[in-house]
Amino acid sequence: MSSTTPTDTATTHAARDHARAMSGTTVDTMPTMPPSAVPDPPVGVDPADVLWEETVAGGGYTQLAVARGSRIRLVDLAGDACAGVLVHRFGRTAERLNVADTVKVQWQAYPGEGSLLLSDMGRVLMSVRSAPVGVIDAICGTSNLRRNEERHGDGAADGPSPNGRDLFAVALGKRGMGRRDVAPNVNLFKRVRVAPDGSLQLTHLDAAGAEVLLVAEMDVVITIVDVPHPLDQRVPYSAGPLRVTAWRGEPTPGNDPIRTATPEAERAFLNTDAEVAMNDLLGGVR
Amino acid sequence: MTVDTDLGTEGMTGEIVRDDIIRARAPWSAVVAAGEVLRLIDLRGNQAIDCLLYSAADPVERYSAPDTFVGQGNVYLVAGTVLRTTEGRPLMTILDSTCARHDTLGGACSKESNTLRYGHHTHHQHACVENFVQEHLRHDLGKRDITSNINWFMNVPVEQDGTLGIVDGISAPGLWVDVRAEMDTLVIISNCPQVNNPCNGFDPTPVRAVIRRPS
Repeated sequence: MSSTTPTDTATTHAARDHARAMSGTTVDTMPTMPPSAVPDPPVGVDPADVLWEETVAGGGYTQLAVARGSRIRLVDLAGDACAGVLVHRFGRTAERLNVADTVKVQWQAYPGEGSLLLSDMGRVLMSVRSAPVGVIDAICGTSNLRRNEERHGDGAADGPSPNGRDLFAVALGKRGMGRRDVAPNVNLFKRVRVAPDGSLQLTHLDAAGAEVLLVAEMDVVITIVDVPHPLDQRVPYSAGPLRVTAWRGEPTPGNDPIRTATPEAERAFLNTDAEVAMNDLLGGVR
Repeated sequence: MTVDTDLGTEGMTGEIVRDDIIRARAPWSAVVAAGEVLRLIDLRGNQAIDCLLYSAADPVERYSAPDTFVGQGNVYLVAGTVLRTTEGRPLMTILDSTCARHDTLGGACSKESNTLRYGHHTHHQHACVENFVQEHLRHDLGKRDITSNINWFMNVPVEQDGTLGIVDGISAPGLWVDVRAEMDTLVIISNCPQVNNPCNGFDPTPVRAVIRRPS
């Protein structure tokens, strides 16, 4: 902006005052700081244990690095969020969510409560502790620039209708990763079903307040984009706000039923336990 | 091996650029130039061929099962399917196939996932990811570049309740698939060594890969 009229940012001191005057501004979609100041922590959770609290705007993303045992709750506040989720192992990020192994090993194309999000190294990155039926899509991945340009006229990360793939790349890039690390993701809060002929059907659940609770079973980086589902045919770019809350928790104990629910889960946790034990002995070398 | 050189070669016209037998359990790779057609022939029947595809010019852009699903609104690969990249662009097109459909949901076998699916006694068995990594390193790629793959000639039905699995194959000796490159494409193959499920009829066998330039 060019202007010759005097402004309140014409000098360094004035500009500093101008910037500082913004302090305390609140909007609907922002992190809560400190996270322990969250006014409505999850039931039974001590606010002091809350690690992160944020509402992500449609078209936005967030990324958390959390220790094993941490809980992450995602809430579809208005019933139209679509949370694309990628999970990488913290530090050793070549190990990451593998959706094909996740569905194949568990003999189930539609993950749900009790499902495990498996890495490509035969280990459990996260477990799904609670989820309404049919809100996890492990098939369709996320949108790309070309798709959003075709449907919305623009798909750039800096534009009005950002695509999921570029948001993932930016988020991962800030951690030293890049586009090669954008593997197929899962989506939360939209239902996808495969018909007998293989055709895909998307259902908008429109369930405001729907929650999914994930538990980190290893130290992980979870990257979340909130963008329209790639099968979403609606022309106005539509992605509702997404609440993301993380809090401290204990690693899943040896007698937890989720470990013994299936022989595949039992072995996946055995592999995870062995790796975590070796990793812990490395003393923080991750 | 002795190969019936006519098996699965019907309709193969044009100049042959490359013609290889991929032995059982082995990796293979080639660049298929835009316009060229890759024919994969299942010589002995029900042999899964695990396959990764990359833009040869920029391998960061690579085959994406999700983008292929979304592009056609269907999870099965059939004649006419456009195989799309991570950026949604056409990478290759399935021109025709005498095998009714192919899979791209089921991923590739690995030593690690075999321990989950079958038990730790399988940990030292050869697996597709071993082949992929070996072949990737020849092309300056690595583990991070292993992403969604195609399983030619493999049968993975999805039941109404979501149950999915690798079941007995629908291929047979001499069935083939023709795939045309829409851009220069690096094709990396693992002739699947799996012996714990029916994807190879519990007996991995050789396959044939022919690249031709249509006249």
